[in-house]
Amino acid sequence: MIGVAVALVIWLALVPLVFLLWQSFLTPQTAAAPAQFTLDNFRTAYLNSDNARLFINSLQFAVGAAALSLVVGTTLAWMNERTNTPFKTLFFALAIIPLVIPGILFTVSWILLGSPKIGLINLGLQKLFDTDTVFVNVYTMAGMIWVDGLHYSPVAFLLMTAAFRSMDPALEEQAAMSGASVPQIARRITLPLAWPAALGALLILFVRAIESFEVPALLGLPVGIHVYTSSIYQAIHQYPSEVGLAAAYAVTLLLITSLGIYAQSRLSSQGGRFSTITGKGFRPRTIDLGRWRYLTATIFIVYFIVIVLLPFLVLVWSSLQKFYSAPSWAALRRVSLDSYRAVLDYPQFANTVWNSVVLALGSATAVMLVSAVIAWIVVRTKVPGRWVLDNLASLPLVFPGLVLGLAIMVCYLYIDIGVYGTLWIMFIAYVTRFLPYGMRYSSAAMLQIHKELEESAAMSGASWSMTFRRVVLPLLKPGLLAGFIYVMIVSIRELSSSILLYSPGTEVVSIMIWELWQNGQYVELSALGVMLIVALFVLVMLAQLVGRRFGIAET
Amino acid sequence: MGLLSVRSLFTEYANEGGSAVKAVQNVSFEVPEGKLFTLLGPSGCGKTTTLRSIAGLERPSAGEIEVAGRLVYSSERGIFVSPNKRNFGMVFQSYAIWPHMNVFQNAAFPLQVRGLATAEVRERVMRVLHAVALEDLLERDATKLSGGQQQRLALARALVMEPQILLLDEPLSNLDAKLRDRMRSELKRLQRDLNLTTVYVTHDQNEALALSHEIAVMNEGRIVQIGTPRQIYEQPADRFVADFVGTTNFIGGTVTALAGGRCVVSSAMGEIKAHASEGVRKDAAVIVSVRPEDVELSEAPPAADDGDNVCKGTIDAKDFLGDYLDFRVKVGDVVLSAKAHPSLRTPTGDSIYLRMKADKCVVISHR
Repeated sequence: MIGVAVALVIWLALVPLVFLLWQSFLTPQTAAAPAQFTLDNFRTAYLNSDNARLFINSLQFAVGAAALSLVVGTTLAWMNERTNTPFKTLFFALAIIPLVIPGILFTVSWILLGSPKIGLINLGLQKLFDTDTVFVNVYTMAGMIWVDGLHYSPVAFLLMTAAFRSMDPALEEQAAMSGASVPQIARRITLPLAWPAALGALLILFVRAIESFEVPALLGLPVGIHVYTSSIYQAIHQYPSEVGLAAAYAVTLLLITSLGIYAQSRLSSQGGRFSTITGKGFRPRTIDLGRWRYLTATIFIVYFIVIVLLPFLVLVWSSLQKFYSAPSWAALRRVSLDSYRAVLDYPQFANTVWNSVVLALGSATAVMLVSAVIAWIVVRTKVPGRWVLDNLASLPLVFPGLVLGLAIMVCYLYIDIGVYGTLWIMFIAYVTRFLPYGMRYSSAAMLQIHKELEESAAMSGASWSMTFRRVVLPLLKPGLLAGFIYVMIVSIRELSSSILLYSPGTEVVSIMIWELWQNGQYVELSALGVMLIVALFVLVMLAQLVGRRFGIAET
Repeated sequence: MGLLSVRSLFTEYANEGGSAVKAVQNVSFEVPEGKLFTLLGPSGCGKTTTLRSIAGLERPSAGEIEVAGRLVYSSERGIFVSPNKRNFGMVFQSYAIWPHMNVFQNAAFPLQVRGLATAEVRERVMRVLHAVALEDLLERDATKLSGGQQQRLALARALVMEPQILLLDEPLSNLDAKLRDRMRSELKRLQRDLNLTTVYVTHDQNEALALSHEIAVMNEGRIVQIGTPRQIYEQPADRFVADFVGTTNFIGGTVTALAGGRCVVSSAMGEIKAHASEGVRKDAAVIVSVRPEDVELSEAPPAADDGDNVCKGTIDAKDFLGDYLDFRVKVGDVVLSAKAHPSLRTPTGDSIYLRMKADKCVVISHR
């Protein structure tokens, strides 16, 4: 049992990595010449004069987006957790919604809003001031940072909310009793205390931003702003494709993400440094902002408009048109549902949706089953070297989606077991990529089950498999179910691995959106996007319901 | 009039379901200058909410709070002074030692936010840290302090700004038993030496009895009785106070005679001569409270004065607890518990004499 788990995890997490490294030292294979060992790929990747630009662009983009997310997320988390801003419970629910919107749709909707030619913000302002000036342009580094940073600000919001919640409010109340004003408390107590958590969040957001594919591909590539992810994509999709060069970029990217993840885990293992004795069960208290609370409420509303309402409404608007056009009375008269009909009549539509559903269900089931067994081994047994298993199962965290896609592509090109070009290769990619998420849910659920519950089953005469099936699994069920739904949601949204692995006939919904974008079919894309967002939203509601029913904390 | 006076305080807050919880109802008391006043009660009785209302960390729904002639809260006049403008020292249950500062920085904070000169800050911090014996640990990280040291630092930080009043929220409850006793006497010495007007919140009756000049016992958001520790213990106003403060025997009965602060209660164990508290009337159904240490046991018939109740019972059970013996003695249908010196070795099942002084039998009217 344990041997099988170890072998499976090694196969999923390590083998593609080895192939990726190997590939990065090979010349392109052609009919005329077999692949040969070379250092050219790295020479091109590192010594090319453009390389410095690439490195700086990537860092600039990732640091900028991470910092923007953190500032926005921390401000919102502080207002939500620590002040008496009105309607804040409602805001908490609303602030998580953007996580549901897939990155590609969020990016597309911001193109519709902020493109210099067709962007609604520019058109509106130009009409208002009667000029031709371009007010905003998302096709810039700043635009890329803005879109990506905003899209992931809810992640920062959730991370910082957790940080603020674990802080004893008496620390701030004591400062008030000592005579400190609200700004003094925020500057001298709250911020220094939240600093380690903020640094950890910044690293997580940085790794996530440097892995980001949708924004650099849609906003950066057309105007020649390259980062690692978009360069990998370009190296593969040019003719002849340069898999070796892509692999060399991927290895570089992998180094950066590994460093980030390593630093983050070092930081969180020191997290106990700031923990002090805390009183039992405190009721969370909030700072009275007085009249300023209307300002904070306004900030929430503006945030919600910018991050949810505007992007969604612009998609809805464009989906109701025959040809994309800016809102006007004339356009309003042309409103129709034709684009929805067109999408539904699309020849591959049924097959694409079917692929997405099968992949989401299949990978969610596989991830939760595998992670439950691994979590049991790691948490419950005393098998020597179980920490290796734990680390291996979390290893895919350092793989950017595009890098994982590339590694798996290379791997199954060489090991011909008939999965290349089928849904199976995407299934393998999804399971590998989302195994760490499944592990988080499974270990958390496993840690809550007291060991004596299992021991008493053993004392009653149950075998190991009987105990696992009759005692452990039923108790794990709520946690596993929450993880299952989460993996389903991220599977349906997945684009960056799929984009290197799909072939005709195995497209998924996110790929279909990508192709519609490439073909310039904006209205059909919008219709499909609106339907997808609604479907994902229903899934999230379901997850919340399950969570509340079984009393699991949100993660 | 006291230095601190709390008048008709009401506090409500919304619970998670949205309905109003009446945390504090019509609470009034006065604390004279230099005295230590304790709010005592079980968890959820409103004592902490009352303290936090005085601190300004909680906004009451009605009432008045006045300190040295300055109104810090008045619902009628719409006054609410924010906590950082009140100049009250407070020690929290968790101590709330800021983990990102060292000992000196923690203690200096209240003076720094007041914009005092560095030299003066240093001098005053050193003085107060000396008073709590922490002057050798100036540079120590706050997280590296023991529980007792954290408690002393929290106290120093509350004292350094020379507060008008000191508010203590269960400051000893996070310490282990031995340390708690030591810190309790140290706290008492410090309070008496500095002559600091103090409000102390606790659920521990021993702390309350040992430390206080005056105690208010609270239950379900109301003050049930205010009195000196001795009054609270010896003449509890009602069944709740008698039960919550110390252990006691309750004997139900009816008042048959009443004269000059004394009365006679007819009960299942016969007639009991008892001290009549205010409001006790003839023929009323009452309960008599008598503490186990006031039930004296002897094998020979004891000498009985006029005010003494003497009767005979059988030993139902007894437990040896080291410094005393815990007896359960059956008299008629009533089982009384009694504390006796360990030298009394009467075996279980034998008969024994009981003597209870009338002053120690307190009649409490049924409510």
